[in-house]
Amino acid sequence: MMTTFDLNGRTVSARSPEDTPLLWVIRDELGLTGTKFGCGIGFCGACTVHVEGRATRSCITPVGAVAGARVTTIEGLDPQGKQPLQTAWLEMQVPQCGYCQSGQIMQAATLLKDFPNPTDQDINAVMAGSVCRCMTYVRIRKAIKLAAAKMEGGGHE
Amino acid sequence: MKLSSSRDSGTDWKRSRKTRRVLVGSLLAVFLAGVVFFALAWRPSIAPIARPVPASFPADLVAKGETLSALGHCAACHTAPGGQSFAGGYALHTPFGIIYGDNISPDPETGIGAWSPEAFTRAMREGVARDGSHLLPAFPYYAFTQLSDDDIKALYAYLMTRPAASNTVPANTIPAPLRIRALQEGWKILFFRSARFRPNPSKSAEWNRGAYLANALSDCSGCHTPRNVLGGEEGGHPYAGWLIEGWIAPALTDTNPSPVPWTQQELFTYLRTGVTPLHGATGSTMALAIRGALDLPVVPDSDVRAISLYFSEMDHASARANNGETATQEALASSSLGSVQERDPDADLYASACMSCHYNRAPTPLAARPELALNSSLSLPEPTNFIQVVLNGVSNTETDNNAEGAAGLVMPAYGWSLTNSEVARLAAYLRRTRTKLPPWNDLEKKVASIRREGPAYH
Repeated sequence: MMTTFDLNGRTVSARSPEDTPLLWVIRDELGLTGTKFGCGIGFCGACTVHVEGRATRSCITPVGAVAGARVTTIEGLDPQGKQPLQTAWLEMQVPQCGYCQSGQIMQAATLLKDFPNPTDQDINAVMAGSVCRCMTYVRIRKAIKLAAAKMEGGGHE
Repeated sequence: MKLSSSRDSGTDWKRSRKTRRVLVGSLLAVFLAGVVFFALAWRPSIAPIARPVPASFPADLVAKGETLSALGHCAACHTAPGGQSFAGGYALHTPFGIIYGDNISPDPETGIGAWSPEAFTRAMREGVARDGSHLLPAFPYYAFTQLSDDDIKALYAYLMTRPAASNTVPANTIPAPLRIRALQEGWKILFFRSARFRPNPSKSAEWNRGAYLANALSDCSGCHTPRNVLGGEEGGHPYAGWLIEGWIAPALTDTNPSPVPWTQQELFTYLRTGVTPLHGATGSTMALAIRGALDLPVVPDSDVRAISLYFSEMDHASARANNGETATQEALASSSLGSVQERDPDADLYASACMSCHYNRAPTPLAARPELALNSSLSLPEPTNFIQVVLNGVSNTETDNNAEGAAGLVMPAYGWSLTNSEVARLAAYLRRTRTKLPPWNDLEKKVASIRREGPAYH
């Protein structure tokens, strides 16, 4: 049974069975490999995408759950990769190996939507579940605050 | 040749004659009782009619019936998932077996198209079908009996003007002897009294409207009042809460344990939209009573406010209204617990898997961030609802009816990735750190049991 949903603005139909994790549908069936597999049990955040604009862990979300919904991956966050978080990430040179970073950015985007001026406590709480083996957390925090400042100053999203 | 003495055989013979008399007498009594019972149970068949012409019903009567049907969430039990409205086939899981909702579309052969207004009224007031057979009390005729004549007429007009669907509903799975419909007369003798709704003159019109809708039409009691082993509502405990299809329907009286009291405004928001940030979102079979029912535009705000007033008085919410603000601020203060590295491995579990979505801070919980410290599931006496949601997740990305949770939010099914022990630890941790209530017992066993039963609602 096909599952139809909106992926980065395009209507797609997945042939994979309804209980296939969204992560595999996005990567293997639909070919968007920016979203990563980290643990497969929803504990590391590397697989984070947006469903209806909200950060969701795609490794434990069955594709059937997003039928008819709007799904956004890192590739679709901004057509030119210039979402304020993405430019802040570059400015602060955040990634080391880069593997966790698309998940970090997708989670941070929801953080800023809910808490446009986040405190350290907000960042701790919302980002705690997004782990980075290279421990670039200090730069992640700085980049989030930089992006928040940019957005407050009239950035988009 | 007998070796026993003539005296022994004489006594035996007398004893056996007395025994025979008692035996025959008892059999006769049982037989007569049976005859009387089945005579009581018998109802005449009402002659079928030609299907009424839809145009024969006045538009305003049909409109009134549409509103009443939404309030009574008739479509919820009489529509199969993905099926045509009112065509039947919805599987209701009861302790006695699966009962499938009947086809109440105006199809003459498989629906109620051949039912006269008298037949329909008798079904609603007495639980008897057109052909004289008793209806199972999964159909809440014991509530509908309280409806006014005008309301029953309006419902008839509405149903008879729906599109007819030819659909034969599967037979129920109740074990054989209980399936004999005449036996329902016994249930009725024990538990059913046919009576109209009587308003309470010492209460306001709004309260009485709410009482009428809740008790006669929406049948809130049907899920929220505990039942005995025979399936009758327990007398003396109205609205004390019950377990239905694997989920707890909470108490609606002042024993309701939610930290924020259910004021009229809170109830209105919840019943109108299915979500309130201070309590949580609807799920399981309650979603059917709200989505595609109470939340339809055809239901006036005033009716939902009336139901809300009725229950806010039942739980004495206004006396505890100040507690709501305190509870909210306390909840927000506890919302970040676990976000800084702790020695508690259960806190780490929560921070890794859950906090990114569930964290909130002052001044108020956000609608898209379900605040667990305020959520009803954490304050219930049993962890049932909490476990169900964690194991099965919640998905509400479609715009059709019956969706659980808040619109646009997806919670993954953590049953895929968490062991029973981990779900139990999460439950214990949240109960311990986000509520002031006593700990839940036997958590791991309960998680295992609920996981085994599967998501009953779906």
